[in-house]
Amino acid sequence: MADIIEMPKLSDTMTVGTLVKWLKKEGDTVANGDMLAEVETDKATMELECFFDGTLLKIFAEAGAQVEIGAPLCAIGEKGEKVEAPAKKSSPAAEEKKEEKKEEPKAEEKKAEAPKPAPQPEKPTAKPAEAPKEAVTSGRVKISPLAKKLAAEKGIDYSNVKGTGPGGRIIRADILAAEKNPPAPKAAPAAGGGKPSKPTWPWRSAFDKSPIQAEGTAALSNMRAVIAKRLVESKTQIPHFYLEIEVDAAPLNALREQLNAGLGNDGVRVSVNDLILKASALALRAVPAVNCSWTDSGIKAHANTHVSFAVAIEDGLITPVIKDTDKKSVFDISNEAKDMAKRAKAKKLAPAEFTGGTFCVSNLGMMGIERFCAIINPPNAAILAVGTTVKKPVVVKDQIVIGERMALTLSCDHRVVDGAVGAQFLNALKAHLETPALLLL
Amino acid sequence: MPIITYREAVRHALAEEIERDENVVLLGEEVGQFNGSYKVSEGLLEKYGPKRIVDTPISEAGFIGMGIGASMLGIRPVMELMFWSFYSVAFDQILNNAANVRYMSGGLINCPIVIRGPANGGTNVGATHSHTPENVLANHPGVKVVVPATPYDAKGLLKSAIRDNDPVFFLENTLLYGEKGEVPDGEYLIPLGKADVKREGTDLTIVTYGRSVLHSLKAAEILEKEHEVSVEVVDLRSIRPLDIDTVLASVAKTHRVLIVEEQKPFCSVATQIAYMIQNEAFDELDAPIKRLSTIDAPAIYSPPIEIEQLPNPQRVLKAALEVLA
Amino acid sequence: MSKTTNAKPKAKEADFASAAVNKELSKEQKIELFRTMMRIRRFEERSLRAYQAKKIGGFLHLYIGQEAVAVGCCSLMGKNDHVITAYRDHGHAIAVGMGMNEQMAELFGKATGCSKGKGGSMHFFAPDRNYWGGHGIVGGQIPLGTGLAYAIKYKGLKGAAMAFMGDGAVNQGAVHEAYNLAALWQLPVIFVIENNGYSMGTSQSRSSAGELAKRAEGYNMAWDKCDGHDIYEVRATMDKYLKIARETSAPAVIEIRTYRYRGHSVADPDNTYRTKDEIEEYRRTKDPLQHFQGRLLEEKVLTEDLIKEIDQAARNEAEASVEFAEASPWPTIEDIQRDVYWETDNPSKRTSAGRLFFD
Repeated sequence: MADIIEMPKLSDTMTVGTLVKWLKKEGDTVANGDMLAEVETDKATMELECFFDGTLLKIFAEAGAQVEIGAPLCAIGEKGEKVEAPAKKSSPAAEEKKEEKKEEPKAEEKKAEAPKPAPQPEKPTAKPAEAPKEAVTSGRVKISPLAKKLAAEKGIDYSNVKGTGPGGRIIRADILAAEKNPPAPKAAPAAGGGKPSKPTWPWRSAFDKSPIQAEGTAALSNMRAVIAKRLVESKTQIPHFYLEIEVDAAPLNALREQLNAGLGNDGVRVSVNDLILKASALALRAVPAVNCSWTDSGIKAHANTHVSFAVAIEDGLITPVIKDTDKKSVFDISNEAKDMAKRAKAKKLAPAEFTGGTFCVSNLGMMGIERFCAIINPPNAAILAVGTTVKKPVVVKDQIVIGERMALTLSCDHRVVDGAVGAQFLNALKAHLETPALLLL
Repeated sequence: MPIITYREAVRHALAEEIERDENVVLLGEEVGQFNGSYKVSEGLLEKYGPKRIVDTPISEAGFIGMGIGASMLGIRPVMELMFWSFYSVAFDQILNNAANVRYMSGGLINCPIVIRGPANGGTNVGATHSHTPENVLANHPGVKVVVPATPYDAKGLLKSAIRDNDPVFFLENTLLYGEKGEVPDGEYLIPLGKADVKREGTDLTIVTYGRSVLHSLKAAEILEKEHEVSVEVVDLRSIRPLDIDTVLASVAKTHRVLIVEEQKPFCSVATQIAYMIQNEAFDELDAPIKRLSTIDAPAIYSPPIEIEQLPNPQRVLKAALEVLA
Repeated sequence: MSKTTNAKPKAKEADFASAAVNKELSKEQKIELFRTMMRIRRFEERSLRAYQAKKIGGFLHLYIGQEAVAVGCCSLMGKNDHVITAYRDHGHAIAVGMGMNEQMAELFGKATGCSKGKGGSMHFFAPDRNYWGGHGIVGGQIPLGTGLAYAIKYKGLKGAAMAFMGDGAVNQGAVHEAYNLAALWQLPVIFVIENNGYSMGTSQSRSSAGELAKRAEGYNMAWDKCDGHDIYEVRATMDKYLKIARETSAPAVIEIRTYRYRGHSVADPDNTYRTKDEIEEYRRTKDPLQHFQGRLLEEKVLTEDLIKEIDQAARNEAEASVEFAEASPWPTIEDIQRDVYWETDNPSKRTSAGRLFFD
């Protein structure tokens, strides 16, 4: 049985050797101590020593070949013995090398990816690892590990707790204080027409020297971009003028309360805005010239009136449309408006539901705004801005009494609606609002 | 109870152990005839003779290596480094031989040596004489590192160190040698690896050791009187082995930690302790762990500025207030 | 071994043979000396093969060619004599009586190794045979050796320490410091410089100013030189100074000229600093085994048959040690943190508290 000489480990760091040249050839007699070949390692060129006596029967690695440790180099045995080239052993060194090779391309891939900065437009999916860096400011609550543990133990929702630690960090004292005086739950965002909660300004912010918000430019969302574009178009291309009228809101509020007292048992509430939508539709029936649109080929008259209303949603604004508003009851308008407002906030409105309006109502009354001038929503010819109801001294029958007054401002497209037409419309609207029973017919 | 100096406490420990065990020998530069460069070994040569108190040439690698070799045969040498700063000329002997011989022999050998001497800045002796290498030493498995702050601790710990069968590195402080404290007359030992709460408190834990213990206690006084803050001061006493349990118990009590060390910051002792605290007491922390270290530069000479480079009560106070914010 | 010629004993060599310390050797003792050298040779050769077969990791520094030095010196040890050496330590280990099994297992990194697999080639120890390693840092062991002498003297024992180093170590600062301490305090240490001509790849002439052992003069220490291929010469020379050290505590520096056939370590290609011819020349004229073999044949202590028998027994013993090592278990992961502290290995006697490990 011939002895197979394998590539030996000739240094502590060697993994492969190069068979530089053979010092013996096939058929030569060899003895223990003879040098068989020269092998180049990572450190130096060494000699391959023979530990056996016999004849060099077969050479397996040619001069110049790179051979892994443990792979066969030659066979030594009795003269005339038959030797077969053994199957190439994949030595652990070879496998290590393969693994090293596998790791290298990975490393290179990583290197290639690293230089790219924030997600490019053509790569819609941002790498998850980068996302937290992109996420600017809001979202993370700063709280010490101890305070967090305490809050969990006491069942306190610390997202409402104000932190008095450095940088607004919630610390133990804050949790203990919150336990004694639970903070008011955060108000839900304003639904269209509902009464929003007043914003609170904690006194602490006066002493807060940390940055107001994170510095930086946030990329535009699609909605924001569209709103921006349309509003610029509207403001620059439509010749706006503004008409204002004050409405006695007392009858309207009284009716609303009456209605809600009855409907309340069914879980329904009619808002001031619902009534205004109906009133606007009826006013458009009375003054249809406002229910038109400017086009390059002429003023387009719309046979039906579809009143839209502005809803504030996260990151912007949307105007759901109530189709055939004049033909719907206040009850129906109310339900539809509520439902659409809810879906608008959840971004679940279909395009058909927020396009096709012929007139728009924007109400900032619930936010305490007394009066304002809205920007026309093309292709409408006008938009109605509704302010809050204010208790103020008014003159009635030459007497100063306390009145409830609501300011309405109509922005008109002068190409379609002239001052007189606009005034007519407002008067019709006022008449309907001040005799709100008309809205229930 | 008698009140003696730190220096005397060390001397008494040496004397008692020399009398107790015939294999204990004190070796070092100027320890004998000169009576000790800082008078620690004053009088010992006269009392015990030149076989037990050995003056060596200036040859740290030589005599420390020699002591290590002798300890393999049962001698218990206490080798003095005039300044621990000089350890670096004997680094191979101390941290390759003493630290590893047991391991490399598979447990057949042990080296019951003590290397002792002052390790401190604050004496205007410049960058090469002011090293505090307890972190470097403690990084080596196989060694023990002790840094006592008071005369009581120094005596009890040195006696234990000399009786310990592993290499123990004992770091004193020239500015502590003159400090006085109560030390009982009778025999007592302090085990290595036991921290000591030097002051109890409830609002802040200061973890510290060595001379910084004194600074921390002074700052704690001020914090109590002028800021109504109750500070607990934990004196580690022993860096390796380390009594982390006492530290963790204190953190569980106060929830805020300041580590004060006379160490340059990178990979200092505080670094290790901060890791352990946040790892094992994460939920107890009401604020990030802070440390007060030596300002990160070679030791400056200029006397008043060196005071500001090192921990001092004012710096401790300021750091404490930051943790308490 | 390749060629078989040996030089005729010269007159000087006849003197060494007739030195008392050699003359009083019995036949069995002489055979034992020869056997020990042969065992070292075969163990080292077998280790080399095992290393090349990837059974041994790290460094391997072979003693082949220097056998007479270790065997000669260690054969003179009394019960209070101690030995310490550097990393070319297998020869000394076998010479003091350590077994091949535990050494080969240590080389393989097995738990049955003499250092439980924790030291490796450079760290063989046998305190019970007064053998203190086995050290990797050049010159680092010399202060330790001085310490052994210090302890011997301190305890009032009659003994000496032999602290071995190579020709490269003489320039280390720690060695000079040790010389000074030994001479100043008269410590019974013999500093033995095994001069094989090369510190790794740098010859003596390119490393060291002046004669190596002669530096002892600067410290008022006795010094001497001798050849290391003749075991009688090694014994005669060393015996003289060991006796002085034991009796009077006086240290000495002895340079023993020897030669290694292999590179500094197995990774050393050995061709950048010396020629094949030089190695062959030494092998042909000064191989210590050949030399002693020839001498003992003449003295009729050995026969050709006995030589073959001893040779084969040595090969068998080396082979068996490989089998032992192969079959032995590895240390466990838990073993990594054993043998670090005396206290953690003797927990019932532990007096300290706190954490000693920081994982």
